[in-house]
Amino acid sequence: MKARWLVGLLLLIPIVCPLLVGTYARNEPELAGFPFYYWYQLLWIPIGAVCTAIAYRLLMRERRRKEGQRRPGGESA
Amino acid sequence: MTGAIDWTALGVFLFFFLLVTVLGFWAARWRAAGKGLDSLHEWGLGGRGFGTFVAWFLIGGDLYTAYTFIAVPALLYAGNVVGFFAVPYTVLVYPLIFIFLPRLWSVSHRHGYCTTADFVLGRYGSRTLALAVSLTGILATMPYIALQLVGIQVVLETMGIGGGAGASLLERDLPLFVAFAVLAAYTYSSGLRAPALIAFVKDTLIYVVILTAVIYLPLELGGWGAVFDAAQQKFDQPGTPATGTIPPESLHWAYASLALGSALALFMYPHSITASLSTKNRNVLRRNAALLPAYSFLLGLLALLGFVALAAGVTVDNPQLAIPVLFQQEFPSWFAGTAFAAIAIGALVPAAIMSIAAANLWTRNVYKPFIKPDMTHADEARQAKLMSLLVKFGALVFVLGLPTRFAINLQLLGGVWILQTLPAIVIPLYTRWFHPRALFGGWLAGMLYGTWTAYQADFSAVATVPFTDTVGYIALTAFAINVVVAVVLTLALRALRVAEGSDETVPADYYADAGDDGVQPLAIGKVPPVDQAAPTSA
Repeated sequence: MKARWLVGLLLLIPIVCPLLVGTYARNEPELAGFPFYYWYQLLWIPIGAVCTAIAYRLLMRERRRKEGQRRPGGESA
Repeated sequence: MTGAIDWTALGVFLFFFLLVTVLGFWAARWRAAGKGLDSLHEWGLGGRGFGTFVAWFLIGGDLYTAYTFIAVPALLYAGNVVGFFAVPYTVLVYPLIFIFLPRLWSVSHRHGYCTTADFVLGRYGSRTLALAVSLTGILATMPYIALQLVGIQVVLETMGIGGGAGASLLERDLPLFVAFAVLAAYTYSSGLRAPALIAFVKDTLIYVVILTAVIYLPLELGGWGAVFDAAQQKFDQPGTPATGTIPPESLHWAYASLALGSALALFMYPHSITASLSTKNRNVLRRNAALLPAYSFLLGLLALLGFVALAAGVTVDNPQLAIPVLFQQEFPSWFAGTAFAAIAIGALVPAAIMSIAAANLWTRNVYKPFIKPDMTHADEARQAKLMSLLVKFGALVFVLGLPTRFAINLQLLGGVWILQTLPAIVIPLYTRWFHPRALFGGWLAGMLYGTWTAYQADFSAVATVPFTDTVGYIALTAFAINVVVAVVLTLALRALRVAEGSDETVPADYYADAGDDGVQPLAIGKVPPVDQAAPTSA
C-alpha cells in the first residue's frame, strides 16, 4: 500500500511542477548561455524519466512480493 | 526558395526515400506469424507482439511527427514563445501514459479490442457513445495526416522541386502525389509493420540530423548565449508582435493549459492507441514511458532551432520554411539532403500509422456495427486496407485543394475535439459511475463549446476562459465543461432511474497481463476473436 502512494507521488511530481510556469519564467541564472526558463524546462525531461523509471521499479518489486505471497516459490512474471 | 534544384541534396533525398520504400514492402514478411495479414490484429496492430525496442521506435516515430519538427520551431522563429510549451507537454505526457495506458492495454487484450471505441462499446453497451468516440477520432486524424503532407511539401519546396508560383498544377503537386502513392501502397500491403520498420530509419536520421544541428549550428553562430541574445534583439525591435524570449505572466496559464491539454489529448488520438496496443505486454508500455523522453529532449532542442534560424539571419515569409531553409543555408548539400529525407520520412511514418488507426476505427466501429454486421476477420482486414487508402487520398485532396491555413485550423480543432473523448475513454478505466448518456451529453457540450470558441477566436489555440480574464487552451476549458455536464447529467439520469446500459468487463480485466493467472497466453498472431474473448476466470 505504501509503495502505491510513493508511485503516485513520483508520477505526480513531473506532472505538476512543469505546469507552475510562474516558478521558472525568468532569465537568471543562465547556464551555458541558456536562460533559466529554457534549461530548467529541459532539465525536467530527465527528471521526469527518472521518476517514471523509479515508479516502474517500485511497481515491479511490489508485484513480485505479492506473487511470492500468493504462490510461494512461484516464478515472477 | 524556388531557386535551382540542388542535385546533390536531391540525390541523397531520393536514396533514403527508395530505401524506406523497399523496407516498407519487405515489412510484410517481417515478424510474420505465417498466417498472412488477414485479420485486423495482424494488419492493423502488427500481430500485437512488439517488444520494448520496436515499440520505442514505433511510438516515438508516431508521436514526433514531421509537422512537429517544422511547426514547433516555426512558432519560436515567428516570436511566439508559447510554442515552447511542447517541452513541458512531453514531460507530462509520460507519467500520464504510465498511469492509464496499462489498464487500457489489459482490458483490450482480455476482450480483443482493437480501438478505443471497441472498449467504450464493451464497457457501456452504448453504440451511440462508441460511434461518437470513433467519429471524433477519424475527424481529428484526417487533418493531422494532411499536415504531414504539408511537412513533405515544405521540404520539396526548399529543394526547389515542385515549387514555384509559375509552375503548373501538375508540376507542383506531382512529387507529393508520387510520395503519397508509394506510402499508400506499402501501408496497404504491410499494415502496421511497415511504419514500425521504417521508424528505425526515420529515428536514426532524425537523431543524427538534430544532434548535428543543435551542436554544430550554435557553435558556428557563437554559442547558445549569442543565439538567445540575437532572438531577444529581434523581438525587441519595434513593430514586432513578439513577447520576448520568456512569456509574460498573462500567458502563464495559456502555456500551462496548452501543455496539459495537449498531453491529455495525445493518447486519445487513434494513432497513439494503435501503436500502444501493438505492444506485447503492459510492461513494454511502462518501460517506454521511462525511455521515450529521449525524444522529448530532442524536440526541446529542435524547438530552439527557431531561435538559431533567427540568429543565422534566415528570412522567410512563411515561418514553416525557417528550418528547411536554415539547413539548406548552413549545411553542405549532402547533409541538407539527409536532413530533408529525415523530415519527409518523419512525415511518412505517422501518416501511415494514422491512416491505419483511422481505418481500424472505421472498420470496427462504424462499418461493422452499422453497415455490415456479419464480417469475418478477413473481411475486416480487407475493409480496413481499403479505408486506409481512402483516408490518405482524402488527406491528399485536402492539401492540394484547400489552402494550407485550412488544414492547420482543422488540426487545431482536431486537438480540441479529441480531448472531448477522454471522459468516455479514460474515466471508465477506473469507474463505471458515469452514465453513458451523460458522457454523450458531456461530449456534445465540449464539442460545441470548443468548436464555437475556436471559430470565434479566429482559430487561435487559446481564448479567454468564461467568467475569468485568464487566457487558456480552448480544448482544456471545453474538457472541464464536458466533465461538469457529464457529472450533472449522471446525477439527473440516476434520479430518473434511466437504464445504465450493460458492461461486459470485470474489475480483474484492468490488471490482466500476458502470462497472468487465468489469462490466455497471447502469442503473436493468436489473439482470440472478439466474441470468444470473454474473461475466462478472474
